Amino acid sequence: MKTTIRLACIALFALSFQAASQSNMVFIKGGSYTPLYGRDSMQVAIEDFYMDTYPVTNEAYVAFIQAYPEWKRSRVIKLFADGNYLRKWATDKTLGTEQSATAAITGISWFAANAYCECQGKRLPSIDEWEYVAMANESLPDARFTENYNAYILSWYEKPHTSNNDVGSTFKNYWGVYDLHGLVWEWTSDFNSVLISGESRKDVDNDANLFCGKAAIGANDLMNYAAFMRYAIRSSLKARYTMNNLGFRCVKNAND
Amino acid sequence: MKILNTTGAIALFATSLLLTSCGNDNAQSKVDASTIKVTGTMEAELTSPPFVPAPVGDRDAKKLIVNMEILEEEGTMADGVTYVYWTFGGTVPGSFIRTRVGDEVEFTLSNHPENKLPHNIDLHAVTGPGGGAASSFVAPGHSKTFSFKTLNPGLYVYHCATAPVGMHIANGMYGLILVEPKGGLPKVDKEYYIMQGDFYTKGENGEPGLQTFDMKKAVDEDADYVVFNGKVGALTGDNAITANVGETVRLYVGNGGPNLTSSFHVIGEIFDNVHVEGGDLINKNVQTTSIPAGGAAIVEFKVDVPGTFIIVDHAIFRAFNKGALGMLKVKGSEKANLYSGVIQEGIYNPEGSTLQSMPGEEVVETKTQNKTLAESIASGKLIYTNTCFACHQANGEGIASAFPPLAESDYLNADLERSINIVLHGKTGKITVNGKKYNSVMTKQTLTNEEVADVLTYVYNSWGNNKTHVKVSDVINANSGH
Repeated sequence: MKTTIRLACIALFALSFQAASQSNMVFIKGGSYTPLYGRDSMQVAIEDFYMDTYPVTNEAYVAFIQAYPEWKRSRVIKLFADGNYLRKWATDKTLGTEQSATAAITGISWFAANAYCECQGKRLPSIDEWEYVAMANESLPDARFTENYNAYILSWYEKPHTSNNDVGSTFKNYWGVYDLHGLVWEWTSDFNSVLISGESRKDVDNDANLFCGKAAIGANDLMNYAAFMRYAIRSSLKARYTMNNLGFRCVKNAND
Repeated sequence: MKILNTTGAIALFATSLLLTSCGNDNAQSKVDASTIKVTGTMEAELTSPPFVPAPVGDRDAKKLIVNMEILEEEGTMADGVTYVYWTFGGTVPGSFIRTRVGDEVEFTLSNHPENKLPHNIDLHAVTGPGGGAASSFVAPGHSKTFSFKTLNPGLYVYHCATAPVGMHIANGMYGLILVEPKGGLPKVDKEYYIMQGDFYTKGENGEPGLQTFDMKKAVDEDADYVVFNGKVGALTGDNAITANVGETVRLYVGNGGPNLTSSFHVIGEIFDNVHVEGGDLINKNVQTTSIPAGGAAIVEFKVDVPGTFIIVDHAIFRAFNKGALGMLKVKGSEKANLYSGVIQEGIYNPEGSTLQSMPGEEVVETKTQNKTLAESIASGKLIYTNTCFACHQANGEGIASAFPPLAESDYLNADLERSINIVLHGKTGKITVNGKKYNSVMTKQTLTNEEVADVLTYVYNSWGNNKTHVKVSDVINANSGH
């Protein structure tokens, strides 16, 4: 798979696309954090990396389609995107009249998002990288225990139709990254590896879906409803799925 | 459920034999429901509350197609208060599903593309892991199909079981599925679907605007709203359920929770039969039945006399202060031998030993003295607290769809004589107050003319009303003009 997509990236317009659509990135200083599903003893180390300041926009994706026509709605391989891929677009190459050019691209599959990032010499963030940056609010790198942090995220879950808002319309966080909360969901490279069982708990069965009782077994912060819901949405996805509220952004290793 | 099937069935059957030795055909208890053959396919009729689909009657077990859509959408919690509900089929509670034992239900759950969250469904009528939750977990813009066979007759709750489960339920993701026994439940005249739920909002009860879910209050079980069918007033006024004198009524009552147990009661009725916890056990002559969160009951009664019967959670502050109030309106002719209405009014005087007849107005007049406005208000406030507060509420705000407000009330301020006569003689029927319709009953109040003057003075001088100082003479004049 990886080879195929990498090959696909050496397309005719590849270089011009890369030059045109390099979005701003900010440096994320690595560290360690305790994920939702872990215990204090299960700190996860995060290397330094760069993250896109904004989610990938509709207009950037239009440029991508021009460079890589195999990702056009009419040509995309069905294995790589479900029937709702770019459903709101007017044509193969143009956005729907209701869609803002500077809103986040949604309605794309994991395969499409992954290809986009790779074609820019970037990659999708891992869950841990995404969560590490997303636990910040405006002023703190880890704001998960402040009351407003969770309230803000939860209120977004209850707000209909935010996916057509422009990127940058939510807050700029501690790292200088916008829109991690309050705009759209975002793909991660390993979205479907939500493992509530770790090696320290092999007796817990491996069914990764966060149902009823199981949701409570592995979690270290029962009040963190907001994070539960992110893990829930991730575990409901398959790589070819697309959603009106699901976009992505890319990251790059610091030492590349 | 599985345990019950394999080890408890014999005991259960023995018990039901003991309880119903005379009559009721429980032969199907002997049949292993898993062996019931299905013949044919039909699409299930789904209904919004308070209605239920047609009874199964004597139809054979079938393959039953159920298509349910999940919608996240803003709705009305109370007058001026909105809330983003997560729903099965666009209503709270979700669509009513009616099956019979032995049906093979092919269930397709579709998650609307504009929804933000993944959802699933755990049907308590399902024998299988997670009640279907694991098989129905579905992302927005997708659908999932699974099937199950209904093995145990009864009334069952279904709900969303996606993490965080409490929040999905608190936002309205629950409903009822009925599994009728072979041959169906006994025929009745009217059937309705009622489900209680508790809601936790950022603002306190009545605070206007779009209210968001409050996680902390939910964890603390500190409900702002406790309601039937998803909102205040879903079963009152024009939305009341109805029946005619002499009819039998069956209510399918569920409790979605997420936290509170319902003390389900219909004021002025006694349940002839209660299918306890929605199962086979039938209790008779029940005043109030307890319905746990995630549980249900079937209650049946015959309505013998006309009138409006108030449906409440008899944890009574929930009814009058948080919204758990509905109405059953029964039409027909009075049955004086069953319920007389008021026969005689008297004054009870513990110093004498008998009831005395109501005194004429001249007695009251001897007590008349001209109080100052402040004295009238002070005395009126006490009377209000004793007499009016329960319905019209502490700040005259009333209860949406049930009891009209006295605060900033156009109806009150428009006509003093009318107000006096309502306190003296009561009021029944439709009125419009501040643009909202009410159709309720206020009984006549047994107050002296002076007390009427004082309590109305208090009301007129509170909560933005027009500050009329009502005199005893006004009351006498209004009454004689009546």
